[in-house]
Amino acid sequence: MTAITENKPAYDGQALDLTGKSGARAFKNTLATVLIVLAFLIAMIPLLWILGTVISKGYHLLLNADWWSQSQRGITVRRQGGGAYHAIMGTLIMSLITALIAVPIAVLGAVYLVEYGKGTRAARVVSFMIDILTGVPSIVAALFIYAVWITIFGFNRVGFAVSLSLVLLMLPVVLRSTEEMLKLVPDELREASYALGVPKWKTIMKVVVPTAFGGIVTGVMLGLARVMGETAPLLILVGYSKNINLNPFNGFMGALPTMINQDRTELALQPAADRVWAAALTLILLVLVLNVLARLVARFSAIKSK
Amino acid sequence: MSSPDGTAPPDRPDGTAAGQEQPTIEDLVHEDAGPTPRFEDLAEEHAEHEAAQPAEVMTESGTESAAASTAVPAEPEKKMDLGPVGHLGDRLFSAFARGSGGLVVLIVAFVGIFLLALAIPSLADDKSSFLFSRIWEPGGDQPRFGIAAMFYTTVISSIIAMLIAVPIAIGVALFITYYSPKRLAQPVAYAVDLLAAVPSIIYGLWGIMFFAPILLPVINGLSDVLGWIPLFEKPPGDNVGVVFTASVVLAIMILPVVTAISREIFAQTPISHREGALALGATKWEMIRMSVLPYGRSGVVSASMLGLGRALGETVAVLIILSVPNGNDPWNSSIFAGGETFASKIANNAAEFDSPEKTGAYIAAGLVLFVVTFLVNSAARIIVDRSAPGGKRPRRNRRAGAAQGASS
Repeated sequence: MTAITENKPAYDGQALDLTGKSGARAFKNTLATVLIVLAFLIAMIPLLWILGTVISKGYHLLLNADWWSQSQRGITVRRQGGGAYHAIMGTLIMSLITALIAVPIAVLGAVYLVEYGKGTRAARVVSFMIDILTGVPSIVAALFIYAVWITIFGFNRVGFAVSLSLVLLMLPVVLRSTEEMLKLVPDELREASYALGVPKWKTIMKVVVPTAFGGIVTGVMLGLARVMGETAPLLILVGYSKNINLNPFNGFMGALPTMINQDRTELALQPAADRVWAAALTLILLVLVLNVLARLVARFSAIKSK
Repeated sequence: MSSPDGTAPPDRPDGTAAGQEQPTIEDLVHEDAGPTPRFEDLAEEHAEHEAAQPAEVMTESGTESAAASTAVPAEPEKKMDLGPVGHLGDRLFSAFARGSGGLVVLIVAFVGIFLLALAIPSLADDKSSFLFSRIWEPGGDQPRFGIAAMFYTTVISSIIAMLIAVPIAIGVALFITYYSPKRLAQPVAYAVDLLAAVPSIIYGLWGIMFFAPILLPVINGLSDVLGWIPLFEKPPGDNVGVVFTASVVLAIMILPVVTAISREIFAQTPISHREGALALGATKWEMIRMSVLPYGRSGVVSASMLGLGRALGETVAVLIILSVPNGNDPWNSSIFAGGETFASKIANNAAEFDSPEKTGAYIAAGLVLFVVTFLVNSAARIIVDRSAPGGKRPRRNRRAGAAQGASS
């Protein structure tokens, strides 16, 4: 740091005069600063604009208790009323099942990468495949489950199939963040545990994973936030139902993204438009709350390195 | 561990003390020993030792004595097996962990295999060229379908999105790492990440309802100036649900991904490079250009590829924004016309998955999308691997050095 401050005069106007092109260089420097700040401002516009739009158009339905307790049963696009209970529950149920399947696999996979496979060829292959899985588009994940669940096994379109495809999307998110956290666990902790004669698996379960627990929770929340907003698997793997259906193995199920999708072609009608924006706001709230919580957990449970 | 004289291990000079504390430690070790397959062998081995040297060993009981018998010089090889022998838990746990790792590999392989298996019958029936035809009429007696039109729309929209997003993302990443006040950096980084949290269906709605109308003047302006190129030729009418609109919205959607990765790599620029540049009299921008950008170049390239992969596979936002061209209109290559990407086509026609032949056609399209994103993401990964921090890039450093030399 001192080096920078001591040399500061070197790139002030005075020193630049010596080179004979101070004007151009100073101008470029200013221009770059302006452009970079501008890029930041441009990036902020859509975020504020989207949040502003969704909040201003959607908030008033959310203030109504019916929104949180009623379904859309029997309500047409021209009628007001009803709520999003069916869609909220659908989204939560499907996300929860996704998490129940994805999290154990992800955590164990990360344990493999960090504790068992470190540096081996097999671990590199797994790591590569995780990167590929990260990039698999949600529509491809949905088609894959469609191929297995419906075409090959002949099952129906149900909420559980959606959860299965969401597992593919959530798995790499949780796995990567867990891996990063496990890597941060100091080796001293492991060595201390081994020195006491604790077997490796117990060291992992009782020492390594608890130390990284906060980070794992963060990863799970970010993964949940990612899958909650996914629409493509819902379009392909389950029909939208206006009724309350809490059974993921039978019948169509409502979900917030498909609730938005259902009425989005009827935005000219005020009741439908109100519901679409209210559902959008509900979805954003769910996702943003998860994101913010995840970051708070990450901040307060960071592993203290020496 | 084995001590030559066969009494106490060397790290426990006091025999009685060892005897007292050993059980607690050993309890921990062997708590889960259980009846593992090789436990019997161990017990036998232990019995032999006991028979051979009854006086020495056993203040303890059971399996612990096996550990204590490491002191016997007779069989050093077998004693080394003690670690794995006792721990059923260890082996189970390791199997689960390895299994989960393998499962990830299997899933990716299965995605490819299943899609391929279901696509092949339909592809065999296809009466037109799958890769080069722009017709999409699956189903019926004479199924004819090709991906050329979808492929074009998918790729062109994603590339435009990338071209718009990357410069802005680099700017934002530089702002966060080197320009913003320290206190502001973290909140700004969060805010950009929040862009990634907005569900894509909301991008789609907002994009077509609010954002597209203000893009109309841009579209008109661009087509006025560059309209002589077919790519920028505007068809009649004020349709805003066009490829260009989709691209701009996609650019916003991939901005957080590209920013996050670029930010990380920029922040890793060695302080010696930066201070070196400043010490030579570089302005802040020259410092960035000579040290930060060359250092982060491969990271930015791979971030752009990841962003491209995202854009290629984005479904719902594109589905909502892009207007599907009327089947009778001639195909239009302009970015100011409507179209369909792989993902939007599949999602749009999910209701049509009634016969295996038709479904197979869409699955074949999905397979192509999978392969394309696979290639793009692999390329990104390979670029990252080749220039991982630690493996320094001599070529780039030389360039940085040359630039430094030239400007000083």
